[in-house]
Amino acid sequence: MGATDTIQAPSGTPVEEPRVRDRADVARQARLVITFAISLALLVYFALSIDNTTVTYVLGERVSVDDRPKELTTTWVSWGAVVVSAVALVLAALNRFPRRWAGLVLALLVGITFYLGFLMWAYADQGGAFQAAIANPIPGTMAIATPLVLGALAGCLCERAGVINIAIEGQFLAGAFFASVFTSIAYSSLVFIPVALCAPFGLLGGVVAGVGVATMLGLFALRYQVNQVVLGVVLVALASGLTAFLLGQIPGDEQDTFNNPQILEEIRIPVLADIPVLGEALFNQTILVYLMYVSVAVVTFLLFETRWGLRVRSVGEHPKAADTVGIKVNRVRWQAVLLGGVFAGLGGAYYTVGSTGAFDRDVSAGTGFIALAAVIMGRWHPIGAAFAAIFFGFMWNLQNQLSFVEKLPGELLGAAPYLATIIAVAGFVGRVRPPAADGEPYVKS
Amino acid sequence: MSDAKTAQPPVVPQPKPGPGASRWEAWLPTVKETIAAVVLALLVGALLIIFSTPRVIESLAYFFSYPWDFFKFAGLAVWDAYSALLNGSLGSPGAIVRTLERAAPLICAGLGVSLAFRAGMFNIGAQGQMLVGGIVCGWIGFGFDLPIVLHFLLALAGAIVAAGLWGGIAGFLKARTGAHEVITTIMLNYVGRFLLLYFLAKEAFQRPGEDNLLSPPVADSASFPSILGVHTGFLLAVLAALLIWWLLERSTWGFEIRAVGANPDAARTAGMSVARVYITAMTAAGMLAGLAVAMQLLGRQDPLSDQIAGSIGFDAITVALLGRATPLGTVLAGILFGALSSGGLAMQAAAGVPPEMSQVLQALIVLFVAAPALIRGVFRMRGTGQGTTVMAKGW
Repeated sequence: MGATDTIQAPSGTPVEEPRVRDRADVARQARLVITFAISLALLVYFALSIDNTTVTYVLGERVSVDDRPKELTTTWVSWGAVVVSAVALVLAALNRFPRRWAGLVLALLVGITFYLGFLMWAYADQGGAFQAAIANPIPGTMAIATPLVLGALAGCLCERAGVINIAIEGQFLAGAFFASVFTSIAYSSLVFIPVALCAPFGLLGGVVAGVGVATMLGLFALRYQVNQVVLGVVLVALASGLTAFLLGQIPGDEQDTFNNPQILEEIRIPVLADIPVLGEALFNQTILVYLMYVSVAVVTFLLFETRWGLRVRSVGEHPKAADTVGIKVNRVRWQAVLLGGVFAGLGGAYYTVGSTGAFDRDVSAGTGFIALAAVIMGRWHPIGAAFAAIFFGFMWNLQNQLSFVEKLPGELLGAAPYLATIIAVAGFVGRVRPPAADGEPYVKS
Repeated sequence: MSDAKTAQPPVVPQPKPGPGASRWEAWLPTVKETIAAVVLALLVGALLIIFSTPRVIESLAYFFSYPWDFFKFAGLAVWDAYSALLNGSLGSPGAIVRTLERAAPLICAGLGVSLAFRAGMFNIGAQGQMLVGGIVCGWIGFGFDLPIVLHFLLALAGAIVAAGLWGGIAGFLKARTGAHEVITTIMLNYVGRFLLLYFLAKEAFQRPGEDNLLSPPVADSASFPSILGVHTGFLLAVLAALLIWWLLERSTWGFEIRAVGANPDAARTAGMSVARVYITAMTAAGMLAGLAVAMQLLGRQDPLSDQIAGSIGFDAITVALLGRATPLGTVLAGILFGALSSGGLAMQAAAGVPPEMSQVLQALIVLFVAAPALIRGVFRMRGTGQGTTVMAKGW
């Protein structure tokens, strides 16, 4: 392997105890060294190519009257980021990079300082009359991550039970469409529903639709034992076609009745929302976002702390053994798939009632597949998947914000979140270990 | 992730060994089930048509006093729609030409997906491969002035090479890092789309004097030769299918692909390079997608835009599934979906059925084909054991 060639010489000092190192360990070191070396090289380039060292920033989501841009000198931030990357590079080259929690914290620190150093470069020396200011990335990140997290939870539940769910995108579309329709009907005078219950009724529509697609998934995967990868793709095509078909069935003059929902209102949580920087973004949100927080906790608790969760994981790992001790394999799988449908339906509802309002054709734009990638990147753990989803949301939001700075071509910037996913899946996740019986139908012999 | 857990191809019924057992007999149940699945999908589609026709819904209001109206209008609506579907796809020489023209890229891209299936991989990336192939193909086609045969061959080769490289990325990532091809190909689809948009914004890719994201059509010297006004893309698609059949069934490489698809661990033990098979199979799959986009650019002389691949890249998956990942099956499935697509337009024009109807029909057909147990249950067919337990494996 050429891995050892890339390691920088540890400046003549011999390692005291020659430990036995396996290939995985060497590969880890090589990966760290290469990553930090690239980071360092880029940061030095960023720091050196800044001419005008003043950038502006706001702590809110965007510049407003109460939130005037403040000035910041880039020098300290840029070179501080260079120092952090350099330290990490030296530690990795000497094979002294910490492991476990300390390593994670240090890697995160490198990531954050790289982000800051990059921001300084991206926002400095803007040509043109309009000067964009650095804004708080958290609100935008949360807006994009919320449905991704909910979809990833659905994926986790299904796949932990041994049913591959590629149809998250289909559940999103169905959930989005029916949440919009149910909310619109509730607020129109067609049926009598108290105003306070209109929004929950709409969300119920999304949940019912998500569970509906989950029922199809369960029926064909568990009952008819269809290849689940194939099935997922077909269900996405079916949901996309059916929702577009149904949307076309709503007559133009009745759009208001059927597809013009009220958007969910933001609910402010008193004390928490006053935390600077974070508060507004995390605790002045719609009910869907709070449901998302709760769902992550609930799914984690269910999967890892309850008897039912143990059963779910056992039918996903070794259905035959589970059957032997009397667990009804397909019944548990059905439960997990249907419960997953609830979360995916809620995630879909975000695309209509949670953000933009009316349903449009393919409104979720392939994000269901990103949620799927988040499941795998999070190694089939709800919390891991949630963080992976937030990472995608962050990348996406960064691309949105940078599109105001005319320094990078917009089209290539648009590809950045997807490229980041490929790099994350190929470079840092690699060969993951899925639940052992994931995708295998269980036939009792 | 163990390599044994890759997407398995839909079960290909193997002819039983022994005297007297002909290939046809082994395939007969599959053919029957496929036809039954198409019929069932059309029946479900008929229900959708009935309940989306205003006249039929109105007649429901007085169903109990005069039920005949409901059945009459429902029957008429379905008859109108499906006769328009048939007429628009096969009813006239012009319709047949349109069907074949739409079938050609579906067959090529479908062959790519089939090939990847046979190697145990699920290639969702035909769309992105087509877009990237289209960038190079279109650029050679309209950006250069070359002699007639050379220009065509160069543009065709450009499409195939670029798309092949794009497909190869996913194979390489799977072979070297274990990144699952379902995720990488989906992401590469988006990256390819943005790459195309990036080039479309360049002046060299736009019509002179205009700045919308639309290129000029390729030069006549780069277009497919046509016979009686029909471009020869369809013949090329059939030739490609023959080539893939020969490669899969008669060449060493094809044997390795099938071995890796059946059981990568056993293939590795037998001394085959599983990584090389992944990379070459995905590259070949991408090359076939490149051929598909060449059909659009050089055959129909469509301008290069982000709509150049339409939904062909995704329909290719359903074509490959319906064709049971075999070359002959893919050709037949491609023709069927080409007919659905050209007939779908006629159905919209003549009977006012929304264009999404063909997408729904396609999805339903594949769903039913993938669930032979359901089909046998509905049509009371006798099970043969073949295809009942599709080995469904995932990551």
